[in-house]
Amino acid sequence: MDVAAKIAVEGVAKVFGDPVRGFRAIDGVDLSVRQGEFLCIVGPSGCGKSTLIRMMAGLETPTAGAIRMRHDDPARPLTAMIFQQESVFPWLTVAQNAAYGLQASGTWRGAESRERVEYFLHKTGLYSFRDFRPGQLSGGMKQRLSIARAFATNPEILLMDEPFAALDEQNKLLMQQELASLWEEFRSTVVFITHGLDEAVLLGDRVVVMSSAPGRFIRNMEITLPRPRDSIALRRTAEVAAMTAELWETLRTEVEAARQQESQRLGATA
Amino acid sequence: MARTITIAADKPRHRGLSRVPLGLISPLVLLLAWEAAARTGAINTAFFPAPTTILTTAVTQAQTAMFWNDLAISLKRIGIGLAMGGIPGVLVGLAMGLFRPIRDAFNPLIAALFPIPKIALLPLLLLIFGMGETSKYVTIAINVFFLMSINTFAGVLATPRIYFEVARNLRASRLKTYVSVALPGALPGIFTGLRICLGTALILLVAVEFSTADSGIGYRIWWAWTVFWVDTMYVGFLVIALLGYAFSTLVDALERWTIPWHKGQS
Repeated sequence: MDVAAKIAVEGVAKVFGDPVRGFRAIDGVDLSVRQGEFLCIVGPSGCGKSTLIRMMAGLETPTAGAIRMRHDDPARPLTAMIFQQESVFPWLTVAQNAAYGLQASGTWRGAESRERVEYFLHKTGLYSFRDFRPGQLSGGMKQRLSIARAFATNPEILLMDEPFAALDEQNKLLMQQELASLWEEFRSTVVFITHGLDEAVLLGDRVVVMSSAPGRFIRNMEITLPRPRDSIALRRTAEVAAMTAELWETLRTEVEAARQQESQRLGATA
Repeated sequence: MARTITIAADKPRHRGLSRVPLGLISPLVLLLAWEAAARTGAINTAFFPAPTTILTTAVTQAQTAMFWNDLAISLKRIGIGLAMGGIPGVLVGLAMGLFRPIRDAFNPLIAALFPIPKIALLPLLLLIFGMGETSKYVTIAINVFFLMSINTFAGVLATPRIYFEVARNLRASRLKTYVSVALPGALPGIFTGLRICLGTALILLVAVEFSTADSGIGYRIWWAWTVFWVDTMYVGFLVIALLGYAFSTLVDALERWTIPWHKGQS
C-alpha cells in the first residue's frame, strides 16, 4: 500500500445478494487517493461507483478486499457525505440542519462551531433563511444546505455522490463554481462521483473512469488546469473540450457495454 | 371559417356564502326535523325526546356536582390509561424500528395478540386487579399500548432511509440517532396512533363503566336506563360525542404545533 495515500482501496469487490449468482457491482478495484486531492470518478450507470463511495462513507461493507482511510485528527470527522437525493431533515430549521453534522459526529465545540455554521450559511447564501424549514426551500437551496452541513463538519474526506444530478442546468453551473471556490479555500480530500465529464474535468485534480459492471478502473487522467479555477469561463476553452472528448472516447465503449448488459439482464433477444 | 377562442380570466367568486354554511345546515335540518317529529308525536318521545328537552336536561345537569364528578372521573380513567399504555408503546415501537433483535422478538408477539379484542380480557383483569380503578386503567392501557407500538413502529419504518444514512455516515451514536432521526421520523405515525387510541379509549371507557363502575359518563348512561331517565341518557350520549370531537380537535392542534413540517409545511 502507498503509505502517503489518504484512501487506499485494495482489491475491493461487492456482490449484492447471493455470493455466487448475485449482482457483482464492483470487482477487484484498486485505487489510491492522495491527501488533499480532488478525485472525480466517472462511469456508466450501474457501474458500481455509488457502491464504492457508499463503502467509503461506512454505509456498505465490501464482500472482498478492504478500504483503508487514514484518520489524522480525531477532532474532525473522517468523512462527510453529500448525497444525490434530498437528505436535509424536514423537521429541523436551516440553521439546525447546518449544525447537525457537527453535533451528530460529536465534534461540536460551542461558539467556535456556531461561527463555523454561520460562515457556511453565509457562503451558501442561506443565512437569511436560517429559521426556515426545508419544506420552504427550493431544490437547489436544499442541496446547498447539505453542502453547508458537510463543509461545516470540516471532514478530512468529503464524499460527494452526484451532488448536482437533481439540479437544473443553471443551478448546476453556479453550484459547480461555488463548490470549486469553497474547496479551494479548505482543500480537504474529495471523492466526487459524477455523470458529467465536463464537471469532472472542471472540478477535479484527477479523473478516473470506471468500466461497466462489474466496475474496474480503466483510465486515469491528471487534470493540470491551474487553480483557482473559474469553471464557467474554463468550460469554453479548447483544453477542457479536448479532455472531455478524450474521456468520452474511453467511456463510450463502456456505455455501450453497459447497455448490452442491461438488455441481456432484461432478457431482450435483439 | 376561422374562429377565435378566448381564454377569459376567472370571474371573481361570491365569497363567504359558498362552502361553510352547508356543513352547518345539514345537522341543523336534522335537528329541526327531529324537534318537529317529537312535538307532533310522529316519534315516541319516551325513546326519542326532543332536542330542546335534552338541552334543557343538559343545562340542569351541568349545575350538579354529580355531572362534573362523572366527567372528571371518566377523563381521569382515559388520561391514566393513555399514559400507562402510550409511553411504553412509543418506546417499544421505536426500539422495534431501530433494533433488529427487538423487532424479531416483539413482532410475532404483537401480531398474534393485536387482533384479540382486549375488552374480552376484562374479567381476567378484574380477577387480577379487583373492582377498583386499576382494572379500568389497565383495560384502556393494554389497547393503547398495542395501537401506539404498532403505529410508532410503522412510523420509523416509513422514515426515508437516507436520513438514517446521514446519521450513520457521521458516525452518530445510537442515542443521537434515536432522538434526532427515529423519533421525529416516527412522529406522524405516533399521531396517527394517538388519534385511533383516543377513539378506542372512549369505546373502552364506556364498556368498562357499563359493567364495573359506579361513576363516570358510561355508568351514568347505564344507570339512566335502569331508572328509565331517557333524557339523562341522551345527555350522556351528548357528552361522549362532544368528548370525541374535543379529542380529535386537540390532537389536530397538537400535531400542527409539534410537527409543523408534516402538514401544510408552513
